[in-house]
Amino acid sequence: MARGMSRSIWGKLVHVLVLATFTILLAFPFYWMLITSFKQNVDLYTMENNPFIFNAKPTLDHLKFLFTETRFVRWLGNTAFVGVVVVAITLLLAVPAAYSLARLSGRWGERLGIGIFLTYLIPPTLLFIPLSRVVAYLGLQDSLWALILVYPTFTVPFSIWLLMGFFKSIPKELEDAAMVDGLTRFGAFVKLVIPISVSGILTVVIFTFTLVTQEFVYALTFISSESNQMIGTGIPIFLVRGDVYYWGALMAACLIASLPIAFMYNLFLDRFIAGFTVGAIK
Amino acid sequence: MAVARNKIKSIGAAQSPLLGAAMFSPAVLYILLLVAGPFCLAIFYAFSDARIGNSEMHFVGLENFRSILQSPSFRIAIRNSLIFTICSQIVVIVGANILAISLENTFRGRGLIRFLILLPWVAPIALGAIGWKWILDSIYSVITWILVAVHIYKPFSAPMWLGEPSLAITSVLLVHSWRLMPFSTVILLAGRTAIPKDIPEAAAVDGAGFWRTQLQIVIPMMRPIISVAVLFGLIFTFTDMTVVYILTAGGPFDSTQTLPSLAFAMGIQGSDLAAGAAISLFLVPVLVIIAYFMLRVAHRAEVN
Repeated sequence: MARGMSRSIWGKLVHVLVLATFTILLAFPFYWMLITSFKQNVDLYTMENNPFIFNAKPTLDHLKFLFTETRFVRWLGNTAFVGVVVVAITLLLAVPAAYSLARLSGRWGERLGIGIFLTYLIPPTLLFIPLSRVVAYLGLQDSLWALILVYPTFTVPFSIWLLMGFFKSIPKELEDAAMVDGLTRFGAFVKLVIPISVSGILTVVIFTFTLVTQEFVYALTFISSESNQMIGTGIPIFLVRGDVYYWGALMAACLIASLPIAFMYNLFLDRFIAGFTVGAIK
Repeated sequence: MAVARNKIKSIGAAQSPLLGAAMFSPAVLYILLLVAGPFCLAIFYAFSDARIGNSEMHFVGLENFRSILQSPSFRIAIRNSLIFTICSQIVVIVGANILAISLENTFRGRGLIRFLILLPWVAPIALGAIGWKWILDSIYSVITWILVAVHIYKPFSAPMWLGEPSLAITSVLLVHSWRLMPFSTVILLAGRTAIPKDIPEAAAVDGAGFWRTQLQIVIPMMRPIISVAVLFGLIFTFTDMTVVYILTAGGPFDSTQTLPSLAFAMGIQGSDLAAGAAISLFLVPVLVIIAYFMLRVAHRAEVN
């Protein structure tokens, strides 16, 4: 008995230690952003100072600088704008496609579904060079519309995949009954299927929006001017002036832009994971 | 009854093939135009002498591939891409298994811990990487400060983490692992909750210890889900250029260049579209292999 007790206490201790170690390692950069954001420059740039504590009074100067002297707010606005438009396009393309593939009988629906899923595996780093020519040809260089044109390439395939799983879980009999009652199939889709799929569609909205905020390669390739940047590129490229880093403002910007995205993603995480693991979990 | 129902279904399906096609063709058309089209264009460029700012283009055969294969930066890029991808996946899968075990049962504060652990994956990687760039700063690095404080290094004698090739490679590798560990952890967690509780319990009753139960029963049962986590992890790391671009921009002296970052440096920054396209095509064989294994995992799950 005593041995069992000491064993379980020991087990708990190991459990706490393991969790604490991993949590500290994984979350540390964000804690570091937080503390750096509020430190005065004299404090940040004195090597002898203990970096874990405030050696001088905390300051809001970096935040003030970020919001008044840089285009940070503009970049947030650009990102939100592109995000909203890409979400709309993604829904228009993916919702009908996913429904039709989920209901398409026989092997064809499945094959097309898998084919679309495979396009999700084609990375931006393979397509950015030819797409840069396409964008130039369309006269969209340095325009947010270039991103709006291209971002659905990675949001649509995964959204179709997620929604297909969702639509398949809706019993066909529901639509059959509605059609017997006089609705057309399309009518049944609009009036019956979409309303009961709101949570699946919301998942796609959040997933698409977060993917847009996380994208880097296309924004780096297509956008050049400071005022058209997205947060992911504006912060690393334009908050650095020459060789001088404004670490305080830089870290504040990273933290402020990261947290809302992280919260949103976190809320819907289990659904996204279900999309990644379809078939592998029974 | 069953026959009648099947009949209704088959009528419904037979009535709407046109509608079905109309509903999925916009998405398929878009994907053909902006994914398949550019992909073919990339192959086309790789055999040409296309440059930014020059509208003329000629077929040059294998010339691009010949000059790429001879360039030392390309060999380094291939080596780094493989090192980053494989080593970070080893770190990730070991760490994620341990983390998933310790997060499996509910406890107070689990939600908060899960949020903190997930941050590297859910926050934009470009921003997380800037955080690391500050942590690994050549002068004000907190790691350097700790090492000086515990007298491992004298002040001003500590190495520059991103300034020496081997240290820079290690740093990039660890930031990749840091980024992907949360993703693998949540996938493995999902796999664990799908295992019926009575199986590990029965093993415990039969006298198997905790580690033996994990290693001989639970983890083998999770093989498909572990494969999913690894395969996605391989793709995400292998095709990423954000971490390298922000931490080192490929330096010092191209020593941390990867295939995607070298393609960007040559194709966009160096205006040599043809060379950039040819380099990025080297991603394809690996992607095909990974896609093959993914389909196999999916197929097996279906058969079972």
